[in-house]
Amino acid sequence: MKHLLSTRDLDRDTAIQLLDIAEDMAATQQREVKKLPTLRGKTVVNLFFEDSTRTRISFEAAAKRLSADVINFSAKGSSVSKGESLQDTAQTLEAIGADVIVIRHGSSGAPKVLAESGWIAASVLNAGDGTHEHPTQALLDAFTLRRRIHGDASRGAALDGITVLIVGDILHSRVARSNVWLLSTLGAEVTLVGPPTLIPHGIDGWPVTVAFDLDAAIADTDPDAVMMLRVQTERMHDAYFPSTREYASLWGLTAARFAALPERAVVMHPGPMNRGFEIASVAADSARSTVREQVANGVSTRMAALYLTATGGAA
Amino acid sequence: MSPTSAGNGTTAYLLAGARLSDGRTVDIRLESGVVTAVGDRVDAGGATRIDADGLIALPGLVDLHTHLREPGGEGAETVLSGSRAAAVGGFTAVNAMANTTPVADTASIVEQVQALGDAAGYVTVRPIGAVTKGLAGTQLADIGGMARSKARVRVFSDDGSCVADPLLMRRALEYIRTFDGVLAQHAQEPRLTEGAQLNEGPMSAELGLAGWPAVAEETIIARDVLLAQHTGARLHVCHLSTAGSVEVIRWAKARGIRVTAEVTPHHLLLTDRLAAGYDARFKVNPPLRSDADVEAVRAGLADGTIDIVATDHAPHGHDAKHCEWSAAANGMVGLESALSVVQEAMVETGLLVWADVERVLSVAPARIGGVEGHGQPIAVGSAAEIILIDPSARRDFGIADLAGKSVNSPYLGRSLPGAVVATFHLGAPTVLNGHIVERGPLGRSSLEPNATAHA
Amino acid sequence: MAARTVLQQADITRALTRIAHEILEANKGSAGLVLLGIPTRGVELAERLAALITAFAASSDESVDGRPSPVPFGALDVTMYRDDLARHPTRSPSPTRIPAGGIDGKTVVLVDDVLFSGRTIRSALDAIADHGRPAAVRLAVLVDRGHRELPIRPDYVGKNLPSATSERINVLLTGTDGIDAVTIEDTSRDAPAAPDPDEAITDPADTQSTEEATR
Repeated sequence: MKHLLSTRDLDRDTAIQLLDIAEDMAATQQREVKKLPTLRGKTVVNLFFEDSTRTRISFEAAAKRLSADVINFSAKGSSVSKGESLQDTAQTLEAIGADVIVIRHGSSGAPKVLAESGWIAASVLNAGDGTHEHPTQALLDAFTLRRRIHGDASRGAALDGITVLIVGDILHSRVARSNVWLLSTLGAEVTLVGPPTLIPHGIDGWPVTVAFDLDAAIADTDPDAVMMLRVQTERMHDAYFPSTREYASLWGLTAARFAALPERAVVMHPGPMNRGFEIASVAADSARSTVREQVANGVSTRMAALYLTATGGAA
Repeated sequence: MSPTSAGNGTTAYLLAGARLSDGRTVDIRLESGVVTAVGDRVDAGGATRIDADGLIALPGLVDLHTHLREPGGEGAETVLSGSRAAAVGGFTAVNAMANTTPVADTASIVEQVQALGDAAGYVTVRPIGAVTKGLAGTQLADIGGMARSKARVRVFSDDGSCVADPLLMRRALEYIRTFDGVLAQHAQEPRLTEGAQLNEGPMSAELGLAGWPAVAEETIIARDVLLAQHTGARLHVCHLSTAGSVEVIRWAKARGIRVTAEVTPHHLLLTDRLAAGYDARFKVNPPLRSDADVEAVRAGLADGTIDIVATDHAPHGHDAKHCEWSAAANGMVGLESALSVVQEAMVETGLLVWADVERVLSVAPARIGGVEGHGQPIAVGSAAEIILIDPSARRDFGIADLAGKSVNSPYLGRSLPGAVVATFHLGAPTVLNGHIVERGPLGRSSLEPNATAHA
Repeated sequence: MAARTVLQQADITRALTRIAHEILEANKGSAGLVLLGIPTRGVELAERLAALITAFAASSDESVDGRPSPVPFGALDVTMYRDDLARHPTRSPSPTRIPAGGIDGKTVVLVDDVLFSGRTIRSALDAIADHGRPAAVRLAVLVDRGHRELPIRPDYVGKNLPSATSERINVLLTGTDGIDAVTIEDTSRDAPAAPDPDEAITDPADTQSTEEATR
């Protein structure tokens, strides 16, 4: 796998292979010596055009556990904001000797442009692009869900027949898009729930069911997992919904809704959470919440993604 | 085909054996800027003979919507380079859009563009004047001054921006009646397209690009045709791109409203699926639409609801297109490929015959824009603005086929039918054998004896 | 082309039996032994050797209560420690299973099917170091085919099989392949064009088992 740009074009076998490798990586993280020599001598550049400390340190930890040299390049406030183009930035990193470029960019498709431009020879790993995709987030979500469901028998398993609700701002969510493709590729049944203003137009062809009523969706699908999306603060003032209070009461995972979930259902959130808004603390802090596991699993999953993209000569 | 001089230093040409759009095969004689003979076995009489066997002769194409970028954007295109691109594409007249830097909103700017066009000499350049000062949409531009200037502007447009304020739109429509002008509206509701990147639909949803809904175009067109009815003014709708827009125009025409409409070649052929690779060559305003929209605009052009094809030739430099999608500029070059695309989308599909092509790419745009001396079907006494095209040619369209300064064509690497073999402007060739005829310092064809002496 | 069988089931059983005795003798019993197989076929060999050693130790009745505890065995994946990751298609790692007692202070016997360049064993030594500090590390292989590229030497060998680099050694085991056999085939006659010199000579994979042949 030369690049990891999206989950849309990840086939089932490759997805399972990646999750299995993440299991191996997770196992090494239980050892006293957590570091592997795998990417010794390789240079991984975290090229972040948007601030995201959480994602950046997750990738940084993953790369360092694999013994890669890590260069963090925060394009915000650098020459990039003074008009240096994506092309110039990428070629600078190439000249420094980057083998893998982990890119976070506010513009949808920027990682693909970088990967397919011919500007660079490095592998490109999408760490979130605009409102397009965030493939490693979806992979860590699938990894977390698979472990909750299959436990030690996770290796080789998929998510066939698992029902998942993804709730909130689907329109602007790269996490939602990546999860839609990956979870359905793995056999899960996905229902998107949110206000109609935050559901994209043109998703008739998506392998999902769309619902506006969260209570009905919980009752109808008897979900194995509920994934709550973060609502960005700027949406709150842009007429997508009348008020935060109304949003919380209609689409938040309130204590009452949490109680209405089936016993086996897990609660997921990509973080950071708006407590009391899209998710009540009783849900976020319960034993059925995977929020902290998701963070830990993020490192293992990103180690797997780095391993797959940074190694491998002839295909 | 190569010109063989029958006499010494003649400015007359005989196009031998050309097929007219009505199907007749004739010889055409051009002299002193007019057609002096059309018929069987026309006597060459010292004219330079050009073998047009197998070629179609059409009146020179007229583009109502060209961005020549000068003044201000000379890195991407100049009046001269754009004129050459036009000639290579079979155009003999272009209307230069007003969104230059500075904006063509005063007499001095439009006169400058007119002068640059005359000096270049490859095509007739007609400046379009801005509707509002600086295209800002708040105050009327110097409409009367431009209309009465040496450039005698008759087409007014804020293209690139929509005249969104309904009151200002009403006033502008009313005011241009003074000069029998036409207001060419860029129909784009600004609030509905804030941050918009791609036609709203399955592709924008999947690619995570902010949706550019069809309704943002259709609501403005609907409003404007009602304003045109109310004011009695002439409205022209630029680059109509959606099925709903075709319906609105059809309805307006049925009610006798004075509205005309254009479609671009790219909206006749390309769809938003091409954005899948985030290749910014396919980023354009209005955006490429769906298959259903392409079908609808083709049908609209075929049944006359849409009057003309206009290129919206929009050159951009390398950096404006080789970047992430949302940072890229809107627009594509189109002059050099327009006729081939129309042949592909409309003629080869059986929707139009060559007489229709003559109408939508020459006669009607000249009439709408008031472009004098152009758009006249070939007959004795008509202007010697003529092109010869080879409809049987097919080429892999490449950078070598582009004659302007910019190469942001969405057709690079695509196989297209047809080729412009020769273009005659003011009775002299600007293109022969598909290649530009270089012109001397006086802006005259080097084939003309007066010019060769100076060249 | 057809592969030539060089070891039958009985030969393999005999070899493993001998190796088990040699390990017991060198270790002076089964105490402190841990067998770690290198995936895929090394793991099965480690398990079979552990069972044999446990049985022989019990019959020798050396333990006080007459029931020696089974010799622990596990799997040691070395994929992430390889030095050729950039030169081959990406390999999927296999699980590593270290027995409950760990390896600190133990005598670890690494078990693999074929010893070739020695690079896999080099990787395995690095991997072991990340899991603990054994008292000693030994190496047992079913087949030693020569062509070492590193100063690595096996302590226990089932069969020395001098071979050409163009030949492929296939180890088949009952638990993995349904049959016990070691075969040899000449791939130079299979390869139509010039064989990749990088593969065949300068950088031979040191365990050319059938599993790797299919990658």
